[in-house]
Amino acid sequence: MEQSYLLTYLLAVPIIGSLLLLFINKEKAKLIKNVGLIVSLIAFIISLIIYFDFNDQSSDFQFVHKFNWISDLNISYHVGIDGLSMLLVLLTTFLTPLTLISSWSSIKHKVKEFTFFMLFLELGMLGVFVSLDMFLFYVFWEAMLIPMYFIIGIWGGERRIYASIKFFIYTMAGSLLMLVAIIWLVVYSAEMLGGFTTNLLDLYRTGPTIDTTIQGFLFLAFALSFAIKVPLFPFHTWLPDAHVEAPTAGSVILAGVLLKMGTYGFLRFNLPLFPQASLDYAGLISVLAVIGIIYGALVAMVQTDMKKLVAYSSVSHLGFVILGIFALNQEAVQGAVIQMINHGLSTGALFLLVGMIYERTHTRKIADYGGIAKVVPFFSFALLFTSLSSIGLPGLNGFIGEFLILTGAFKSTVLGSWWFTIFAATGVIFAAVYLLWMYKKVAFGEVTNPNMNSITDLNFREKLVLIPIFIFIVWIGIYPSTFLKVSEKSSEKVIEQVLNPAKINLE
Amino acid sequence: MIDLIYLTVLLPLLGFLFNGLVGPKIKSEKIIGIVGSGAIGLSFIIVVGAFFETLALPVDQRLNIVTLFQWIAVAGLNISFSYQVDQLSLVMSLIVTGVGFIIHVYSIGYMHGDKSFWRFFAYMNLFIFAMMNLVLADNFLLLFLGWEGVGLCSYLLIGFWYDRKFEKSTTSAAGLKAFVVNRIGDFGFLLGMFLIYSTFGTLVFTDVFSRAVSFAVPEHIFVLIAIFLFIGATGKSAQIPLLVWLPDAMAGPTPVSALIHAATMVTAGVYMVARCSIIYASAPAAMMVVAVIGVFTAFFAATIGLVQNDIKKVLAYSTVSQLGYMFLALGAGAFSAGIFHVMTHAFFKALLFLGAGSVIHSMHEQQDIRHYGGLKKYMPLTYGTFLVAAVAISGIPPLSGFFSKDEILWYSFTNLGFVFWLIGLLTAIMTAFYMFRLYFMTFEGKERFSAKGGSASGGDSHKTNPHESPKLMTIPLIVLAVLSAIGGFIGIPEIFSGDHGNLFHSWLAPVFKTAEMKLMHFGGHSHFEELLLMIISVVAAAGAIFYARYVYLKKPEVAEKTASRFKGAYNILLNKYFLDEAYDATVINPIVKGSENFLWKIADNKLIDGLINGLAKIVDKISGSIKKIQTGIAQSYALVMVLGILIALFWIIMSYS
Repeated sequence: MEQSYLLTYLLAVPIIGSLLLLFINKEKAKLIKNVGLIVSLIAFIISLIIYFDFNDQSSDFQFVHKFNWISDLNISYHVGIDGLSMLLVLLTTFLTPLTLISSWSSIKHKVKEFTFFMLFLELGMLGVFVSLDMFLFYVFWEAMLIPMYFIIGIWGGERRIYASIKFFIYTMAGSLLMLVAIIWLVVYSAEMLGGFTTNLLDLYRTGPTIDTTIQGFLFLAFALSFAIKVPLFPFHTWLPDAHVEAPTAGSVILAGVLLKMGTYGFLRFNLPLFPQASLDYAGLISVLAVIGIIYGALVAMVQTDMKKLVAYSSVSHLGFVILGIFALNQEAVQGAVIQMINHGLSTGALFLLVGMIYERTHTRKIADYGGIAKVVPFFSFALLFTSLSSIGLPGLNGFIGEFLILTGAFKSTVLGSWWFTIFAATGVIFAAVYLLWMYKKVAFGEVTNPNMNSITDLNFREKLVLIPIFIFIVWIGIYPSTFLKVSEKSSEKVIEQVLNPAKINLE
Repeated sequence: MIDLIYLTVLLPLLGFLFNGLVGPKIKSEKIIGIVGSGAIGLSFIIVVGAFFETLALPVDQRLNIVTLFQWIAVAGLNISFSYQVDQLSLVMSLIVTGVGFIIHVYSIGYMHGDKSFWRFFAYMNLFIFAMMNLVLADNFLLLFLGWEGVGLCSYLLIGFWYDRKFEKSTTSAAGLKAFVVNRIGDFGFLLGMFLIYSTFGTLVFTDVFSRAVSFAVPEHIFVLIAIFLFIGATGKSAQIPLLVWLPDAMAGPTPVSALIHAATMVTAGVYMVARCSIIYASAPAAMMVVAVIGVFTAFFAATIGLVQNDIKKVLAYSTVSQLGYMFLALGAGAFSAGIFHVMTHAFFKALLFLGAGSVIHSMHEQQDIRHYGGLKKYMPLTYGTFLVAAVAISGIPPLSGFFSKDEILWYSFTNLGFVFWLIGLLTAIMTAFYMFRLYFMTFEGKERFSAKGGSASGGDSHKTNPHESPKLMTIPLIVLAVLSAIGGFIGIPEIFSGDHGNLFHSWLAPVFKTAEMKLMHFGGHSHFEELLLMIISVVAAAGAIFYARYVYLKKPEVAEKTASRFKGAYNILLNKYFLDEAYDATVINPIVKGSENFLWKIADNKLIDGLINGLAKIVDKISGSIKKIQTGIAQSYALVMVLGILIALFWIIMSYS
């Protein structure tokens, strides 16, 4: 197969960029910010080039680049993308420059380190989405924890140390079990194939042949790691802490992209590697997803801190994604893929907005606000618009995902019961309650807190961050085909891989 | 013009964008008002054109679909922005753009001087955009886009004056309540769509309805679909049990109440059920549910309307009650009678609200009818048009309300039975009574406010200067009064019109043909019976009007005496059966308190997070005690080493022997 270097270039850009930063005097904050921004924009442009070159009629991995890395163990540097990862790569490269712009004035100390870690983070996330080698994937998966750990730990709020350690250990603990499962899988495959391999495409052929019981254990080991990242109820308690303490940019990336690594992991690894176990556990995982939808929404409803509210809303929204994945039909899986993007945009924008207003008022307590619609009309419009997108108002992005997921789950033969959808759909009601309730308390009414009278509306830079997101919120809502088309074939394929796994010939 | 129907959606959208983006900059009420109303006026002209074009077509070609572009295509689901122009959607579109245009013009006068004039017209245009999507959609999903869209506009417009207080709470609380209660309904609607899609494999109306006939689908599936969709309708159209939001929706500016909460949006549920007539006709049990909910809502809302003192509240409960009538019609299988009442109600109820707006406007935002009285000499046009509407809603011939209401009563008698008819009749009597109570207390009798320079005394300390409203407001009143008066003539029942038949029904007949054939109700049709029932209801309504005149004009003390004699019942009605309080106590508080005190503070913080942190602590403790082994004393390390060697040796020896 012909090699394509585009993905490698994409990965190289943040590496080169962050190395470049090392040579800049840390006093030159402005230059550092500009370099960071330009580097992230270059990465975005490369991902756009990939997108325009991407063949959405194929379910194969494209832009594959592979060479031997650790020959003794037959480990390769092996990257490529398909429809599932294409959109997530775009989301990553789209959000990174926006978060850098959003941090323009809020990050005041250690700008160099901050920009460095942000680019490092981008590398890690992109790496996770494009790796086609199990070992390479695991390296990126773990490496990505490091910059996030520092971003929360250095630029975070008061309890940043607690939050960052909790984040790190929590996710690390899950990953270790996955590592054990990976080793088991690789050793098994080596016996099967007569040679050592960590190539995901080879493992796709051996995974389904594993005996059901062991497949179950392996599935659970992977699932735990991904479930923590998603986070799936009841593995979610690291999230509110991490979000509340993280600086805005951290929260946006965390919600926008990092959580998607969990859902992506289910699609990329759990389903195709362990099809039988996926079917066996679809019910259990879906039950947790539905609990998460309702639980996350109810807990979000009673939060007094805006950031915590948005954090819990993620638990609810990601529950929809997981439900879609395990409903295992085209409607639901496509819905889940688009909902990952939607959540990245909507929740990302919500965190940006909370960050912007926090920068002005230094409070995130809902009760400190009230009546600011009059004082900061553009901000209030933006908050309402984003909330509506998150609520799933038809015509905006969130609806497309939720509707497809719920429709798919309703007719799913794998789930085999309407109750999943009936309970999950109540999340639609609660979402309206918690977001509009918050909105009412923040924007409507009379201004009761005198400090709120003097705050200024969003400036040009802040609008520049939000408007691109808003364009996509409307675009996906009105014409989702642009995006659904990209993942269509790959969604079909992953369902096929579960329902009719192409098992390796044992001879 | 049929091909241009998408413009009726697009023009309001452009109006919204213009007023939303440019409006705050230009600050010219004239331009904003002209753009806002113009967009709707043009849409109305297009709808009229499409109507006549359709009328000219042979009956079997009166269903046309105009497709803009594909919206969602996944697996078997293929949904487009497609608009269905047929007899039913044209009737609804005429109402929405026609009455909508009149109310927009009125609003230029009513909202004059408001600092957010532009925002008002932006929202109103957005509403028409959503509403046109709702009535013109050729599939359930696009209908739902309109359905939620009108809900959003309703939310925004109820809370339009977001910094104002409303009753015990705020306008924004009322808006939130409306949105959330509607969402509960939408939850049902969504489930209905899921079940439709999984049963018929499509969400496009024409396909669903033809498959509903051709597919062998068990009846209970039809019943479930019908009930799920009807849950949506109870939300949008404020029926039991989801009616609580509509009275609070009166927190919005009065033109909003007229347009959204009387004439158009709240009838969306009626439209939707009528649109799905074949599904309901295939689910007799669901039809019965619709009829029962409808008739009870009509009755209960009317009882509440009897004692309310806020002019808009009376009208709000009246709207709920009239919507109940419409559902009663649908439940009786008289689909076009239901739609007919949607139309006449749009005329007279919009007129009542706009008239109320005119009164409120001139009374400096005073809404309590106990502080009105004798206004007819100050505002003759408002008075005259209001009276026309009051007569119309009371069902006095030959005004529009008579024809539509009587038809519903007749069909409920023949198709559902005496009890339904009787409750319907009692409701009609109460309607006439509370409407004329409102009328007499507002326009006739003693002035219960202190006019500027006047000598009349009253409980009101403010000086009030009642005056007729400007032309921009009175001309719309006159137009609606004409429509309320003669609008019923297109639906004159056969017994009067003879060979011409009922024009309205024959226009809509093709839409409901399949459903009505399935129901096969219309067997024995006795003209004598129909006439008799008609006379009974007219006489009863007229009696109620005269009784209202007696009580509120001649002997005002009778009302007070009655109220104090039946204090308990009076209080229950005044507090709308304590429905809000009941919901608070049984649903809302348990959920909120449970979420806060149990889910969040105990389950999340203590149990789940406690378990995690506990695990961490245990690990910490264990390693803390293990670390003591690392004493740093060489002798103890040596001791352990020797012990280890001994054990190893022992093991080896044992295993050899």
